[in-house]
Amino acid sequence: MAGGNPASTTEYIQHHLTNLVYGKLPAGYERTTEQGVEVLQADTWTMAHGGQEATDMGFWAIHVDSMIWSIGLGSLFCWMFLRAAKKAHTGVPAGWLNFVEMIVEFIDGAVKDSFHGRNKMVAPLALTIFVWVFLMNLMDLLPVDLIPTLLMMAGVEYQKIVPSTDPNITLGMALGVFVLMLYYSFKIKGTGFVKELTMHPFNHWGFIPVNLFMETVGLLAKPFSLGLRLFGNMYAGEMIFILIATMFAAGAGAGFVSGGLHAELFGEQTSGYFWLVIFLLVTGVCWLNLKGKVSTGKTVLLCMAFMAIGGGLFALGGGLMQWGWAVFHILVITLQAFIFMVLTVVYLSMAHEDH
Amino acid sequence: MNINLTLFGQMVTFAFFVWFCMKFVWPVIIDSMEERQKKIADGLDAADRALRDLELAQSKATDQMKDAKQEAAGIIDQANKRAGQIVDEAKNQARTEGDRIKVAAEAEIEQEMNRAKEELRASVAGLALAGAEKVLEASIDEKANRTLVDKLAAQL
Repeated sequence: MAGGNPASTTEYIQHHLTNLVYGKLPAGYERTTEQGVEVLQADTWTMAHGGQEATDMGFWAIHVDSMIWSIGLGSLFCWMFLRAAKKAHTGVPAGWLNFVEMIVEFIDGAVKDSFHGRNKMVAPLALTIFVWVFLMNLMDLLPVDLIPTLLMMAGVEYQKIVPSTDPNITLGMALGVFVLMLYYSFKIKGTGFVKELTMHPFNHWGFIPVNLFMETVGLLAKPFSLGLRLFGNMYAGEMIFILIATMFAAGAGAGFVSGGLHAELFGEQTSGYFWLVIFLLVTGVCWLNLKGKVSTGKTVLLCMAFMAIGGGLFALGGGLMQWGWAVFHILVITLQAFIFMVLTVVYLSMAHEDH
Repeated sequence: MNINLTLFGQMVTFAFFVWFCMKFVWPVIIDSMEERQKKIADGLDAADRALRDLELAQSKATDQMKDAKQEAAGIIDQANKRAGQIVDEAKNQARTEGDRIKVAAEAEIEQEMNRAKEELRASVAGLALAGAEKVLEASIDEKANRTLVDKLAAQL
């Protein structure tokens, strides 16, 4: 399960949490390469080698993997729904059209429940958010190592395939919603919006600074909570997949490959203890062999069996736990997509309501 | 957690997809769904209407049937009456005809009888005289007896 490159658990996790970044390194930046330290003469746009460089790029960088997956999944959504739209007719719907209509009706119902203004953008917006976020979250259910490992073989060093574990993506969408909130607040309420910001909750001119402060915080909290909620949930879910993978992948390695050498070298607690049991069993068999109670052939066989069983059990346990968490996670990803959509609709509804 | 250009990249992407969905996906699907909804509602209405029409037609048909039955019964009655009438007429006619024939026959018979009587009367005198001639053998005065016999014959 663990890719070949990352050596220890910490590195493995860090590797999993690093985006593929393309950005600008400033002039004079000391770049550590295999040939040694290289000092950049001018501003350079380049792929970052590792998390440190990505951080040093600062704002002028873009997460290539997040963007590609996000755009790709968004295009997938558009393509699939466009296909249904092309086939839409007033007869008896079947197959894919049926499914799409089910989703559309669901979204339409949810929007009609919580949005009372008249705006023909809100429902398509909700549909886009729901399906797109769901698809992005769905990437979390792919085995954590599958695509990164394949891409690593193809020469791509870093890859985060779940765009919604990237705060840039979730906050980007939340900011998009925020822009719409502001736009419609001004459009619908005009000066009423300013009044709302300055005259609530204390309706007195003397309290304007206090009101402004409180209302601004409340207003800003909306997009931030919206973006960070999705990010936090997906990040935590991803993290648990990674942790399960590390725990059991190491254990499997310990049993299979070297009877615990892996665990011994990199000092992992859990698999270390597990390795200890296997180690004691193996040494016990060897000791019995020395005493002449077990033949050499049998000793070798027994040792291999213990190692294989130890490794296999861990791999099986890891697989089961991944599966179990994935089952829970199906609920989480759907729920998060739904919450993001509903809150967007509610916020826009508030922007449309004149007090 | 680096916040960088990706944020704005995602905002632009988001705007594009929302625009795309609003332009090409949502209206098409929701319109076709609404149209279908209307179609189904119309269809159900039509079915209801058809059911009502059917009931109406059925009751109409029943009424018509009843009328037709009444009419038929009337016609049959009339026909029966007419038939009776015809039979009566025929009877009367037959009776009068029969009477007429009887009368004619009686008249004829009377005539025949009278003629026979005449004939008989004509011949009876001769026969009686011949008989009497034979019985008496002797010469009877034909003239004296002739009046007697004629008298007799006239009494017949």
